[in-house]
Amino acid sequence: MKDETSTSSGFHAPLWKHREFRAGLRDFGAVAPGLTAWGIMTGVAIVKSGMDTTAVLLMSTIVFAGSSQLAALPLIANGAPMWVVIATSFCVNLRFIVFSMHLRPYVMHHPLWRRLLNGYAMADLGYVLLVRRHPHVPTDAAGMAAVDAYWAGVGTAGWVSWTGATLIGVALGNNVPLAWGLGFAGILSLIGVTVSLISTRLRIVSAAVATGAAIVAFALPFKLNILVAIVAAVATCLVLEKSRDAPDRASPA
Amino acid sequence: MTSELWTLATIVGMTAMTVLTRSFFFISKRPWKLPHWAERGLQYAPVAALAAVIAPEVLISNGHFIATWQDARLFAALAGIAWYRWKRSVLGTIVAGMAVYLPLHIGLGW
Repeated sequence: MKDETSTSSGFHAPLWKHREFRAGLRDFGAVAPGLTAWGIMTGVAIVKSGMDTTAVLLMSTIVFAGSSQLAALPLIANGAPMWVVIATSFCVNLRFIVFSMHLRPYVMHHPLWRRLLNGYAMADLGYVLLVRRHPHVPTDAAGMAAVDAYWAGVGTAGWVSWTGATLIGVALGNNVPLAWGLGFAGILSLIGVTVSLISTRLRIVSAAVATGAAIVAFALPFKLNILVAIVAAVATCLVLEKSRDAPDRASPA
Repeated sequence: MTSELWTLATIVGMTAMTVLTRSFFFISKRPWKLPHWAERGLQYAPVAALAAVIAPEVLISNGHFIATWQDARLFAALAGIAWYRWKRSVLGTIVAGMAVYLPLHIGLGW
């Protein structure tokens, strides 16, 4: 169906002039207010962890992975060895490996540095938005240029809004009333995106199985419950798909 | 001073893990294709990943499954789902959910 190396060159117009770049900014922008609240809370947690200013700013700007940032803070504060913190980051990020398996055919026409940059920019929501808008890998150069531009759009919007919000949280520090639970706005934005993805019955099953598995496996370390939930949901859906022998088609939301 | 540098190096290492995990299957250029069943299965991954991130944030309290229905997050999540199904707007989902959440959480202490 698709050839990973067929599309290349030919489209050298700047990515940000492509209409899909603006579509990416717009789609991410719809979710950004909730994520911003979440990013602010993360910034508050970072500044309260007691690291010096340089470390606080570096942590807020380059790591770009909320759950890994939050998991590392108590370890760093307690003086855990470097390899423990880095190994924890790897484990907390394991779900991204599944995403990269899915996204691989969308990105392999690029050189390595660009693939790594694209990967860096692709957090949970960027991934979800990209495969929602482009459920099938394009087979022509124009389609691939659209994917590239959309990827750049959601990636840019994601990095800017997350980093900006985290820095606002760092600046506000103790002035943010944590007791209000404003971070819940981030969860609500994810709920909206999740419902937007539920276009078939099997996707309802996927969400339900993942919900149950994530709760049952909650006690696992390193947020491994998320990985367990993804595997359980995908496996369940594949079995059900096979048993009723009617393939569930992906539909663009 | 040395401990400060160690912290900075640790943060750079964490960033490397962000890149490594998100680009994991982009690194090798060797051509391979997923088996067809795996390719089909991946279409269920995004919704599962989001549900798995959301579920504990709504249903877990202090490390355990919630024991009471008097939890602002439950009602806010339901309001958010209802709003999205009605208006199909993520921004509206956030506003509607928080409009339910804040009074219950701050007002009633749920």
